[in-house]
Amino acid sequence: MTGTKQTDARMPIPLGLARRGYSGVIHHLAAGDAKSALSAIELESRLIELGFVEGARVEVLHEGIVGRDPIAVRIENVTIAVRRREAMAVMVA
Amino acid sequence: MEPALMHLALVGTPNSGKTSLFNALTGSRQKVANYPGVTVERKEGSFVTPLGRQVSVVDLPGTYSLRGRSPDEEITRDVVLGRTAGEAVPDLVLCVADSTNLRLTIRLVLELKRTGRPLMLVLNMFDIATRRGVTVDVPRLSEALGIPVVTSIAVRKGGTTELLRRTDEIAAQAPIPLQSNLWQPLTVPELRAMQREADRIIASSISLPARPDTWTARIDAVVLHPVAGLVILALILFVMFQAVFAWAQPLMELLSSAFVALGQGVHDTLPAGMLQDFLQNGVISGVGSVIVFLPQIVIIFLFILLLEDFGYMARAAFLMDRIMGGAGLHGRAFIPLLSSFACAIPGIMATRVIDNRRDRLTTILIAPLMTCSARIPVYTLIISAFIPAEQVWGFADLRGLVMFGLYAAGIASALGVSFLIKFFMWRDEQPAPFMLELPDYKMPRARSIAIGVYTRAKMFLQRAGTTIFSMMVLIWFLASFPQAPAGAPDPAINYSLAAMIGKTLEPLLAPLGFNWQIAVALIPGMAAREVAVAALGTVYAIEGGKEAAEQIGQVLATKWSLATALSLLAWYIFAPQCASTLAVIRRETGSWHWMAVTFAYMLALAYAASLVTYNIARWCGVG
Repeated sequence: MTGTKQTDARMPIPLGLARRGYSGVIHHLAAGDAKSALSAIELESRLIELGFVEGARVEVLHEGIVGRDPIAVRIENVTIAVRRREAMAVMVA
Repeated sequence: MEPALMHLALVGTPNSGKTSLFNALTGSRQKVANYPGVTVERKEGSFVTPLGRQVSVVDLPGTYSLRGRSPDEEITRDVVLGRTAGEAVPDLVLCVADSTNLRLTIRLVLELKRTGRPLMLVLNMFDIATRRGVTVDVPRLSEALGIPVVTSIAVRKGGTTELLRRTDEIAAQAPIPLQSNLWQPLTVPELRAMQREADRIIASSISLPARPDTWTARIDAVVLHPVAGLVILALILFVMFQAVFAWAQPLMELLSSAFVALGQGVHDTLPAGMLQDFLQNGVISGVGSVIVFLPQIVIIFLFILLLEDFGYMARAAFLMDRIMGGAGLHGRAFIPLLSSFACAIPGIMATRVIDNRRDRLTTILIAPLMTCSARIPVYTLIISAFIPAEQVWGFADLRGLVMFGLYAAGIASALGVSFLIKFFMWRDEQPAPFMLELPDYKMPRARSIAIGVYTRAKMFLQRAGTTIFSMMVLIWFLASFPQAPAGAPDPAINYSLAAMIGKTLEPLLAPLGFNWQIAVALIPGMAAREVAVAALGTVYAIEGGKEAAEQIGQVLATKWSLATALSLLAWYIFAPQCASTLAVIRRETGSWHWMAVTFAYMLALAYAASLVTYNIARWCGVG
């Protein structure tokens, strides 16, 4: 459905599980799978507004001190802080 | 013929440099107010174009889209769409972008285009972008977007020349043919398609450097380090408090003696009587006792604005998010709570950055527990009168330690209350998301900071001139009427309305060790806490004059027991906050209910804390 060609053989994983230093490309958004307080539509809209769209390059730059949460993600040219709970909606490969 | 007034609206994502462009265009010709019916700050300014056209410009709240997720974002949407009653429909919408970071703004531009409003994209901070190796093909970008695009450097003299020239050109074409509004809330697929389109436009007209900003990466490597980052945050807070309390002192003393001198001048000029007493003790000493805090307010806002413009505030929220989450608070609550150390009013207003209603409400409810600067005079007065200046443990000053303890008690109780609110009211709810852009670091610009501090200081002085002034007049009236009969043996105040009120309340407050004089001082303390000091001076019939505060301290030391003094300190940790704070809570929550809840819970805490303190102190034999 995304139309992006799969250049990487890696299985998509949720960004919410990625560790510091991880780098990859957004495969798809699965807002319904994250246990966020937001509705799936609202969460997906917000993620897109912050630039989380299929094909964008992401890199996990920093982790917080408690439970390695939240994470700071470099996405294309922008750095976004997000909690792992919401980052579970972003599938990366 | 005089050309008609042109209306501009500035729109942009947070951190786009919108406010510094606004400052560059308008200078100090700014008015800050609220949009009617909501508490969204409305910033309007004016300027004249090179061709002599009068322009009025509004700085709309930052947003990533027109969906209107919060009251702030709704204002942006409605003003752009010309739906806000009493608000001029903008003749031209300027979408302001940070040139180093165009990705999210280009999508916003595509969404704004649907509204059919005349639109121009301003590539701000163009110098920084060029230095970082970002090259923008401006004509191509303009063609791809179908709107005029100009570059600007808001912080440099002449950096907005191009913008002004194009504005004149667009104005000259007036009347600008109006297109119909095709904008509707976007669906998820539309949003996604729009971001794709934006990425396509960026790929064709903008080339980005291979490496991200190295300075930001280097600073973040330290500042966002899980351990070093927290140490740095603590250091910054330490310096900030040091500045607020130590650096402000000489200026505050200067202001204070100026007001005393002014009062003395009035005393010497006017004949003794009603008017002289009213001006000297009611107006000058009352308003003066509040204006003395101006240096502290200026310093704390200076720090907050510097950190904000530098880009650090978002990092602080990142570092504190989970730590504060333990107490049921959102990372974004950090900034409002920090501001509350200056004054709860800007703190509560700053909670607007929290978009979740529950988190915002919790933050509003606990913000007044942070020790605001208005409590400092009360603390200082009692501590210097009752706590000996001794060294303890060989290095610490006992008075400083008590002061620190009072601050710590405020913070601990705020966290405790927040935890209880979460536990009893929202136990089963998922915590609201924390999603925040961490902007690249930027050198703060002196001019922009100066305008920001000036605007805040002006707001503070206006409050001192209205609310506090009227309260002081009321207190003076209560303390002066009815007048003592001729030849009365007691001080005149004992015959006044204030004494009657104080004596009525005395039985209620007696278990806390408070006498009627304290009861009288607590009432005006509701108007503004710091006024309690002046009120104590008035009720103990001390003439305003040199070292008035010291005199109050000496008198108190002979009239109160240590237990009473400690009890009053405990009371002021929780003291039901000043009337202005309550008014702001009522405005920000939009309900009397939450205002009443705050008042009641703080009153209960204050009463309980004082009761416990007083009885423990008496039991220890200092009653």
